[in-house]
Amino acid sequence: MTRILKTMLLGSAIALALGGSGLAADLTVGFSQIGSESGWRAAETSVTKLEAEKRGIDLKFADAQQKQENQIKAIRGFIAQGVDAILVAPVVATGWESVLEEAKDAEIPVILLDRGIDGSPDLYMTMVASDQVLEGKVAGEWLVKDAAGKECSVVELQGTTGSSPAINRKKGFEEAIAGTPTIKIIRSQTGDFTRAKGKEVMEGFLKAEGGGKNICALYAHNDDMAVGAIQAIKEAGLKPGADIKVVSIDAVPDIFKAMADGEANATVELTPNMAGPAFDVLEKFKADGTMPPKQIITESKLYTPADDPMKVYEEKKGLGY
Amino acid sequence: MSGLGSGLRKAAPQLACLAVILFFNWLAFPGFFDLRLQDGRLFGSLVDVLNRGAPVAILAIGMTAVIASKGVDLSVGAVMAMAGAVAATMTVEGYSLPVVLLSSLAVGIACGLLNGLLVAVLELQPIVATLILMVAGRGIAQLITEGVIVTFVEPGLIFFGTGSFLGLPMPVIIAAALALLTVLVVRRTALGLLIESIGVNRSASTYAGINSRLLIVMIYTFCGFCAALAGIIAAADIRGADANNAGLWLELDAILAVVIGGTSLLGGRFSILMSVLGAIIIQSMNTGILISGFPPEYNLIVKAAVIILILLVQAASLSGFKLLLRPGAAATARKAEA
Repeated sequence: MTRILKTMLLGSAIALALGGSGLAADLTVGFSQIGSESGWRAAETSVTKLEAEKRGIDLKFADAQQKQENQIKAIRGFIAQGVDAILVAPVVATGWESVLEEAKDAEIPVILLDRGIDGSPDLYMTMVASDQVLEGKVAGEWLVKDAAGKECSVVELQGTTGSSPAINRKKGFEEAIAGTPTIKIIRSQTGDFTRAKGKEVMEGFLKAEGGGKNICALYAHNDDMAVGAIQAIKEAGLKPGADIKVVSIDAVPDIFKAMADGEANATVELTPNMAGPAFDVLEKFKADGTMPPKQIITESKLYTPADDPMKVYEEKKGLGY
Repeated sequence: MSGLGSGLRKAAPQLACLAVILFFNWLAFPGFFDLRLQDGRLFGSLVDVLNRGAPVAILAIGMTAVIASKGVDLSVGAVMAMAGAVAATMTVEGYSLPVVLLSSLAVGIACGLLNGLLVAVLELQPIVATLILMVAGRGIAQLITEGVIVTFVEPGLIFFGTGSFLGLPMPVIIAAALALLTVLVVRRTALGLLIESIGVNRSASTYAGINSRLLIVMIYTFCGFCAALAGIIAAADIRGADANNAGLWLELDAILAVVIGGTSLLGGRFSILMSVLGAIIIQSMNTGILISGFPPEYNLIVKAAVIILILLVQAASLSGFKLLLRPGAAATARKAEA
């Protein structure tokens, strides 16, 4: 008896599900997110959901909790559900061939968010990502302009040693200041992308450079390290933002608060809105079959205290950073 | 007085290591020993060493007791993250400072109690028992903070991380006070001896009438308390609870500090003050690397090389080396072997 009941329930559930997807003319998109290991990642998730809602896209969300096998399972699930497109923020670069091959066979376009993969570009439709070298460059160009030809000794707080943002953001900054001999990086050390290490390393820099008198600016590979370093500068009796200029990357809410207080000078945004451009090309593709370029680079926008930091802070605060 | 003399002799290899590391720091950065007063507190690299070393020293104090009982506590880093998360979220929600501190410490005590029960009552291997909380604890901390860095501006709580007392940073004062209190309690009573006896042979100690079960639960609870204290300091220091990173890998630094201090991982004889010295040695090395101006790619290699050297010096001075220098002792040892 219960078995019959169960079968009936299951049958009606399937009918409902089929009917539901048949009725909705809008897109159904599966999104396999890495997890929520950082505030930025959480913001990316909430912005993706907002963007989908805005466009009337039915978003199926799967959190992989940092595991590739979970992502592969989620993608197989999306294929089985017959979604119109799949967004993936790949946790690692390798091992995607077979599952993306399956998606291709099912004629479901795949868009990579935020990170690339090793393998044939035929496996995906496009990749939406930021240009990390450009981020460093924008930060460096700001400093070149701000220093206006004056001598400026810079200390650098690097990200986790060997990570691609650390390598690329360092490279971009160095490229930007290469033509300006008055700006020199005098110390560079890793702060592991964290506040606590950023503060500790900055304390070391301040001691090693005459109590901070020799330092004109701080360049941090992310805002969290900058926020930690700002505290270290204050505790050393100097004024961050004035005695030592602070420029960093990411544009998380707390750096806007620091900017509003005059303690930080500039930040370069790593936009959490990777899904917006992805949905744009997807809608275009569905409408008239336009294939997008293989790589879409998001804007690396510079924010300074002139951009009403408190307003941006309030806007960003709700995104789950 | 003779106690102090023999204590210093025992600490000789560690003190020598510390002196050598400080000397190299001075070579790398001649201003290393400079101290000045800044807003009523001492300011200088030496103060940084003590201040940054304080959380690990506090962890090491609790860890020493655990290791002396032939256990290990891998969860202290995660407990730090949890305690910090509780302190920050409760502060943001407007609870008063005493309530915040007590709740945060209570979380640490509860975690320690759980570890202790798993080890003493369920008789799980300590490394497995505490691994549970090491993994789950960070997850719980992330749940408490909802995955974001919870920042606060409450001056009372911040004082524990960046305030100063008698010119010294608060974390240093707290670590020193805790170390002295712990030494007094374990050495002025029989408690230290009981812990050592459990570490050497738990069943023999139990048969001798020691309530080893209760004692082990108490030891882990104390370790959890220390971890919570370190967690409050870490959160107060950056004015926020960073559940992803607070106390990350610090359990390993704490164990290392205990080992450098000469306490055996096989349990038994221990010294709280030597573990604190171990924590200071680790931090002088870290601070030295930071101000040396080496590229960061070398950080871990330098650290590993120095640690191997320290342990070699310690081993040599404890065994073979001494026998070589004292023929009489060598003869006695040979006689004993025969």
